[in-house]
Amino acid sequence: MRRRNLQLDAQGRLRHLLTIEGLKRQQIVDILDTAESFIGVGDQPVRKIPLLRGKTVVNLFFEASTRTLTTFELAAKRLSADVLKININTSATVKGESLLDMLRNLEAMHCDMFVVRHGDSGAAHLIAQHVAPHISVVNAGDGRHAHPTQALLDMFTIRQQKGEFAPLTVAIVGDILHSRVARSQIHALTTLGVSELRVVAPRTLVPEAVSGLGVHVFHDLHEGLRDADVVIMLRLQKERMQGAMLPSEHEYFHTFGLTEDSLAVAKPDAIVMHPGPINRCVEISSEVADGPQSVILQQVSNGIAVRMAVMSMVLGRAPVDEEAR
Amino acid sequence: MTTQQTDIDTLLGTMADQLRTRFGDDAVKKTLMVGIHTGGVWVAERLYQQLNIEQPLAQLDISFYRDDFSRIGMNPQVKPSRLPTTVDDAHIVLVDDVLHTGRTVRAALNELFDYGRPASVTLVTLAERSGRELPIQADIVGLNITLDTHEHVKLTGPEPLRLDVVEAP
Repeated sequence: MRRRNLQLDAQGRLRHLLTIEGLKRQQIVDILDTAESFIGVGDQPVRKIPLLRGKTVVNLFFEASTRTLTTFELAAKRLSADVLKININTSATVKGESLLDMLRNLEAMHCDMFVVRHGDSGAAHLIAQHVAPHISVVNAGDGRHAHPTQALLDMFTIRQQKGEFAPLTVAIVGDILHSRVARSQIHALTTLGVSELRVVAPRTLVPEAVSGLGVHVFHDLHEGLRDADVVIMLRLQKERMQGAMLPSEHEYFHTFGLTEDSLAVAKPDAIVMHPGPINRCVEISSEVADGPQSVILQQVSNGIAVRMAVMSMVLGRAPVDEEAR
Repeated sequence: MTTQQTDIDTLLGTMADQLRTRFGDDAVKKTLMVGIHTGGVWVAERLYQQLNIEQPLAQLDISFYRDDFSRIGMNPQVKPSRLPTTVDDAHIVLVDDVLHTGRTVRAALNELFDYGRPASVTLVTLAERSGRELPIQADIVGLNITLDTHEHVKLTGPEPLRLDVVEAP
C-alpha cells in the first residue's frame, strides 16, 4: 500500500494534504512561505484574488466544527473558488459503501476538492484512495489521527512570533492521547527541528508510543514549562473520553491548567497558543487566554492564509502529471 | 544589441520629461506611481526619484492575477503587493520593464481595480517589443525593439540597469 506517498504526485508535489507525517522540511517551509504572500489579501478593500476562479471546493464535515469550517470556507472564497458545504448528521455515521457512493455523486457534479473532517482516524486517507484523479483531498481532522492544516497554521504563528525554529523549546500541554492536533504538531515541530519538544500531561492522557517520536514527556506542569519559548495548550476532549481518566475538571485545572503563576516559569517572552475552542478554567485561565502572551486569535487569522496556501498549491499544480493513481 | 547604463539613463530622462508634459509639472508629483515586479519596480524607482512624486512608490506582484495559473501553477516566489489602502480617484502611472504580450498589464489592471476606482491609468514601459496578444498599448515608451520570434528582451538590475536581447531558451 502506498499510504505514505498517497498525498504526493509523481513529481513529488502535494496532490492531497492528509498528514504532516512524511512531508519534508522544505515542503513545510514552502507552504509557510506561500501563506506569507496571502496575508495581505485580508487587508485589501476587495478581499479576493482570482486564483481558483471556476474551481469548486466541497466542505464535507462529518463532525462539528466552527473555526476550521469557517476558515476553510473563507480561504476558498478569498481565492474565488465556489464553496459547497455539506453538513452530515453526525449521529448517523456514514461509512463504507455509502460514503463512497456519496463521493461518486459529488464527483459527478464536477467538484475539484474535498475538505474532509471525520470522527474516524483514516477517513481522509480512505477518501483520497478512492477519488477520481482530478480531485484533491484536504484533511480537516480525522479522529485522533491528524489535523495537518491546524499544525501548519501553528507553525506559521510560531515562525511569525519567534523567527527561527532551531533555538526553541516548545511544550505541548494537555490531552495528548485524544489529540490529532498534537500528533500533527509533533511531526511538524520535529521535522522543522526545534531544540526541544516536550509533552506535558497526566499519565492517563499520554499515549505510550509518544516518546518514540522524539519528545520529552513530563507529568508535572512546572517542570514541563520551565524556560519554554512556546506553550501550546490543548483542549480537554471530554466528548472523546470513555471511563474515568481524570478525577474532575476542577482537579485537572489545579494540576495542569495554565495560569499566570504556572506560566511564570516559562521564558518571559514565551507565547501561549491554543487550537480552540478553549475551555476556560479547565485547561487555561481567562487571564492567560486573554493576556499579552496569548496569540490564540492570531492563530485563527493565520489559519485563513495557511489554508489558502494549501488549497492553491494542491489545486495549482501544472498539469504535467498524467499519472495513473 | 546591448543598451548600456548611459543609454538607459537617457531613456529614463526622456520618459520623465514626457510624463511632466503629459500631467504638468505639479500634477505629476500628485500621481500614484506603481511598479510591476520585478523589473518594473526598478524602472519605477528611477522615474519616481526624477519626478519628486509625493506619495510612496507602490508595487504590484501580479502572480495571483495571472491567466496561466492552471498551466504553470503556483509561483513560490510571490512578493506581497504594496499599494495604498485605496486607489479611488488616483491618477496612476503604471510602470513595467518590457511590454510584450500585454498579459502582465491585463493582470495588473485587474489587481489595481480590486483596490478601488482610479481616475486614470497611464502605462509606461522602458521597452516595447512586437508580439502583442491583447489590445493594450503603452502611453509612454522608452525604446521600441523589433525582434525575431526566437529572441527576448531581458532587463537586469537593479544596479546597473541593463537591457539585453537574448536568445529564447
